[in-house]
Amino acid sequence: MSALSRRVFLQASGALVVVVAAGQASIAAAPGAAVADLPAVPDPTQLDAWLAILPDGSVQAFFGKIDMGHGLEVAIAQIVAEELDVALASVSLVMGDSARTCNQGGASGSYGVSHGGRPLRNAAAEARRVLLAAAAVQLQVPVTELTVRDGVVSVTAQPARQLSYAQLIGGRSFNTRVEWNKAVGNLMDVKGQATPKSRDQYRLVGQSLQRRDLQGKVFGTLPFITDVKVEGMWHARMIRPPHAGGHVQSIDTASIAAWPQAQVVHQQDMLAVVAPGEWMAVQAARALQVQWSADGTRWPGHDGLHAALRAAPVLRREEPLRRGDVDAAFAGAARIIEAQYEWPLQSHASMGPGCAIADVRDGRATIWTGSQKPHSVRDGAAKLLGLAPEAVRSIWVMAPGSYGRNDAGDVALDAAWLSQRLGKPVRVQYMRHDATAWDPKGPACVHRGRAALDASGKVLALDFTTRGLSRVDAQFHEADPRDTLAGQALGMPSNADLGLGIPGESYDFAAKRLAWEVVAPLQARYSPLRTSHLRDPLGPEVHFGSEQFIDELAVATGHDPVAFRLQHVTAVRDKAVIEAVAKAAGWQPRSTPRGRKGRDGLLRGWGIAYAQRNDTVVAVIAEVTVDPATGRVRVPHVSVAHDCGLVVNPQGLRQTIEGNVLHGLSRVLFEQVQFDSETVHSVDWASYPILEMADAPQHIEVVMIDPTAAAPSGAGEPTIRSVPAAVANAFFDATGKRLRRAPFTPERVKNTLAQQSSKRNTR
Amino acid sequence: MPTVKFVLDGQPVSVDVPADTPLLYVLRNELGLANPHFGCGLAQCGACTVHLNGAALRSCVAPVSACEGQRITTLQGLGTPEHPHPLQQAWVDEQVPQCGYCINGWIMTAAALLASTPRATDAQLREGLAGLKCRCGTHQSILRAIKRAQARMLA
Repeated sequence: MSALSRRVFLQASGALVVVVAAGQASIAAAPGAAVADLPAVPDPTQLDAWLAILPDGSVQAFFGKIDMGHGLEVAIAQIVAEELDVALASVSLVMGDSARTCNQGGASGSYGVSHGGRPLRNAAAEARRVLLAAAAVQLQVPVTELTVRDGVVSVTAQPARQLSYAQLIGGRSFNTRVEWNKAVGNLMDVKGQATPKSRDQYRLVGQSLQRRDLQGKVFGTLPFITDVKVEGMWHARMIRPPHAGGHVQSIDTASIAAWPQAQVVHQQDMLAVVAPGEWMAVQAARALQVQWSADGTRWPGHDGLHAALRAAPVLRREEPLRRGDVDAAFAGAARIIEAQYEWPLQSHASMGPGCAIADVRDGRATIWTGSQKPHSVRDGAAKLLGLAPEAVRSIWVMAPGSYGRNDAGDVALDAAWLSQRLGKPVRVQYMRHDATAWDPKGPACVHRGRAALDASGKVLALDFTTRGLSRVDAQFHEADPRDTLAGQALGMPSNADLGLGIPGESYDFAAKRLAWEVVAPLQARYSPLRTSHLRDPLGPEVHFGSEQFIDELAVATGHDPVAFRLQHVTAVRDKAVIEAVAKAAGWQPRSTPRGRKGRDGLLRGWGIAYAQRNDTVVAVIAEVTVDPATGRVRVPHVSVAHDCGLVVNPQGLRQTIEGNVLHGLSRVLFEQVQFDSETVHSVDWASYPILEMADAPQHIEVVMIDPTAAAPSGAGEPTIRSVPAAVANAFFDATGKRLRRAPFTPERVKNTLAQQSSKRNTR
Repeated sequence: MPTVKFVLDGQPVSVDVPADTPLLYVLRNELGLANPHFGCGLAQCGACTVHLNGAALRSCVAPVSACEGQRITTLQGLGTPEHPHPLQQAWVDEQVPQCGYCINGWIMTAAALLASTPRATDAQLREGLAGLKCRCGTHQSILRAIKRAQARMLA
């Protein structure tokens, strides 16, 4: 065993404190890794960490988040150009490079503009102030007599007297301190002496300016993470246990003798095939014969999953909202309405499997990653490799999609570990089955809604509880290797936490209890069914039940679902989105299902759902058709009313909302991880189907509401939250039957339609 | 190792690789293209799509030996910023891409579809694009872009 692998072993068997101690010891001992030589980690208290004016006057902004595809890049550039008074074209962004950007937490929680943009806005405003002050001295006029346009400062009354940003500072540092709020991640912010512009001064913010990454994507020249090539790199493919709780027992290396250059790398359950060529690595990994032992782990299977969740002991329960005397209300109720809902495990199933390239040599590491949290890759890899974080540079490169903690976080640490073992650069790209079967899953859950009504039908109390797998069985980042496949395959204990949540709303029922409960993971460690953040963590899952239940209350009390919501929401912005979406969709009031069969033989219905998410509010109305013959549910029209405060780029926002709708439709109509007691059967697009073009809506109407002069509050996830419940409510409107279990597969739909009446328990 | 010769984006190329190597691996590794992409290796998603003599081909499952003497066109050969294919132009005009990893599948398949069925209806387009995946959910703007390009090509 080499020194390095011994260190990994120590980490694997030791407590966290041992890991840290080993890491510090190793950096001191590593040759050529004097601290002065280490890659710089930007100092957030320096304006230079956020912005640079290059010799030609162009602006480089250092953004510690990434644009995984929503067009955040141009929105941030708009903000920077706005505050600096330069042309958009002169601003470029460096994103997600741990040696060049501060740790703003990567992509996270739809915070890209709202939180990610803040320090950039403040830094750009401060840079403009510093530049104007310098110009005032050189031009010998007060700052108040200066004008800036396109990076040129001129004396307002004598425009010929001017100095460009390039002349003032081009290529040199600001050497100016800004006040850092000491936060790391989403909340990181800095402030200078300058006050950023007010809304009425904006000329770039609020415009639908074109994205700058399209040419490269459309003409096939933009490198993705999969295109990064490092000289001398080898290719690896990982081998995972084929069944629950499998451990490597023996490996028949002779089984890959046909590829003499291919090698097996193995330690505990970490198993890979490496080769100088990619196709060679793929073939050898397929051919490798491995004997696996089983440790007796058994899963409930996807059909038994929800019964298992109901039966499992609750490890943590929280009541984020408790108002009034709920139990007394139920005790005195004239009528109780109750319903239960079920949501499956779902896969990220990113468009491309995870890929990373790592070069770990001489006590340093460079990792090219598609993880949406590149700074977490740095921290996690440092711990795994026994290096100081400063000795690791993590560079984000555009990746094949990312909507949470997907497999990109795992593959980066796999590559890092393999590169350290081999002493040469290694590229790991997962195969499709690695990605779909082994990426962290969106948690499955069961929900129970109860309402107490008085004799007049008034809702006295709402009691809603969701119980599910943890949203952080694997943490939503990979800053600790215990949350990655590499760490767990190497024997580290799980770092699992217990968390779930309840979507926000403002219903005014006098007594209200909203609760969540978490049960133990289906497998403690190194599990393909581990759960973590998938787009809008727990939003669509829980909201599928909570907003369907509100619909059930409306129907049970003889109210129109839109009117019922308007009657009971209290927040002004909530009312506004509900009214706006009803208007946009041409909502016809109804208190009973309107569904009737059209000439086309399809049942047609409309449903509404609304939710808050942080400070954003969204209401969605879906029109669905149900084919009683085939069980096929389609959603031809969707209307969205969206209030996320200040809109920086309307076209980017529209496309982001559309993507949310499609992803939400896919999840409620198609997606569930299929597995039995020991095998995951969802391993590719055939066994994990998602929405395709035939099922895309004919039209999505988007109404953007911005009446509040509020700060931007995020759009990457809020819309998806309301889509599943809107579809479910429309299904009821179309059919008069409730379908309380997702996804709405044709077989399930036909079974539901065949039932005599809905299952709602009323007494 | 056998030598396989074919025409790639208008240029003759020659590679020495095992005959069963999928074309995708050859394009990416031996010929250095930054596209097409590996999405599934199972012809289930389209990210690897190229044209073989003008017809859409999933290069992840096509052995390179099948390309001997044939004409292979990739997204880079379909058009350039200076001379874009109408679909590429429409993709920019409609600001279609999010992550963009799926683009090969949609543009190359749509290009072949519009070449064979220039007046494809909405239903024919949807049917012709079956099997392609987009995980960012850009389907609406993809359809808008194809219809925009179609109108231009018919004009």
